Amino acid sequence: MNNDHILSTFDNDLNRLNKDLLKLAKLATEQFVNSIDNFSTQNIDDIDQLISNDKNLDDLDEKIQQLGFEIIALRAPQAEDLRRVISALKISTIFERIGDYSRNISNRTKALCELSSDDTPGVNIGKMGLVTQEMLEDIIIAYKDKDSDLSVKVRDKDVVIDKMNTKLYQEVLASMSRNKKNIVSGTHILFIAKSIERVGDYVTDIAEHNYFLINGKPLSDNRPKADKTSLYGID
Amino acid sequence: MVIMNYSNNMKLETKTIGNIFADNPKITSRNVNVFYHDKQAINNVSLDVGSKEIISLIGPSGCGKSTFLRCFNRMNDTIDGCKVEGNIVLDDQDIYHPSVDVVPLRAKIGMVFQKPNPFPKSIYDNVAYGPKIHGLASTKDELDSIVELSLKNAGLWNEVKDRLQSPGTGLSGGQQQRLCIARAIAVSPEIILMDEPCSALDPIATAKIEELIHQLGKNYSIVIVTHSMQQAARVSQRTAYFHLGELIEVGLTKQIFTTPQDKQTEAYISGRIG
Repeated sequence: MNNDHILSTFDNDLNRLNKDLLKLAKLATEQFVNSIDNFSTQNIDDIDQLISNDKNLDDLDEKIQQLGFEIIALRAPQAEDLRRVISALKISTIFERIGDYSRNISNRTKALCELSSDDTPGVNIGKMGLVTQEMLEDIIIAYKDKDSDLSVKVRDKDVVIDKMNTKLYQEVLASMSRNKKNIVSGTHILFIAKSIERVGDYVTDIAEHNYFLINGKPLSDNRPKADKTSLYGID
Repeated sequence: MVIMNYSNNMKLETKTIGNIFADNPKITSRNVNVFYHDKQAINNVSLDVGSKEIISLIGPSGCGKSTFLRCFNRMNDTIDGCKVEGNIVLDDQDIYHPSVDVVPLRAKIGMVFQKPNPFPKSIYDNVAYGPKIHGLASTKDELDSIVELSLKNAGLWNEVKDRLQSPGTGLSGGQQQRLCIARAIAVSPEIILMDEPCSALDPIATAKIEELIHQLGKNYSIVIVTHSMQQAARVSQRTAYFHLGELIEVGLTKQIFTTPQDKQTEAYISGRIG
């Protein structure tokens, strides 16, 4: 069955929405990947560039929201078209937020650059970032290809990041307990790890929206969770 | 082919997706086929209309939705070469039984057409005509009450109460359509059939008719054929999608317009086939 609308301008609008959303997804992924790279390289110019780039994501999200509202008002989308527009609006906001977390990571990294590396706990932020990057790349493929199974896989992968975050949290706490000089840098690292963990959560949200878009029903609410950091007491 | 149980020991074969049954059916139609001479216009359609339910029939031109609607009050009887097969029951009465008199049947099942068609008479006489010929009023006061109540229920009373003797044809299009609805409900029908009742009206008049349909739905079963999917979405509780004489899918309106089960339904409501 031909999947085109009788009204070609409707298709044009939906295609524009899709194109802009994928562009935002690509930008957000780049920002996130660069924020993790910058954590390793600690190049101030790159960090500043990344922080200023965030406005591009904000502007693109605003453009997508405007287009989505116009499509709803002017085209009265139904069924999968309606799900596509509503999902695009929600997913766009999420990618914009992922951009914000990438900027937050960069702000923390910039603060770390000011500190002596001797006073920084040695933890594997890069590994956590890599798994999150894979999730981001996979969810973009799942969205492009309308791949419901891949969406579920991406959602379930978040547990890996949760576990990494819990482990990293323990390591940083231990490091700060051993050496009080590590407290400032350790706190920044905890926030960076938390930002990565939140990006993982946001990717699972995208996976759930994508599943709903494809299937017209929500993904069951039994997603595995393993972030235990909130359970740790002072002792 | 899906086989559904619809009573203790009866089974029904249908290709329709969704639930064709109503909890409290006013009309049950089973395996309805309609032919215009050799051409089959309706192919094995089964569908209930619930009591005080508003159901929309949608589909592209020529899909059979108006033909199916006209089966309910035997309007197809008037068309040369038209043959209706199957079973249509109003409450417990087979409306195609040879003993059925269509005049009282059509009083029970009122109809509103695409184009407002008031009689070339006064506003009052347009509404009073049906009650008079069906003997529903024995005094002038009773007739006056029926006319007033019908015009009030059609949302027209306040606009015409001071000019009841003016010609009905002098009203605006939207007012004429509400006059026709008043005329239909003046004979106390149980079901109202509407065949694209707003297609000749402007958006304000359309909104008034849609609000009226909503209000009338509290007391009557309403079957509405519409080309406007937004209208179907706005006014009806259930929606039935027809294509090439077949009932493809029926379901709750909110389900049909958000998550239709059938690809053809999806393609039609999202503007991909027409």
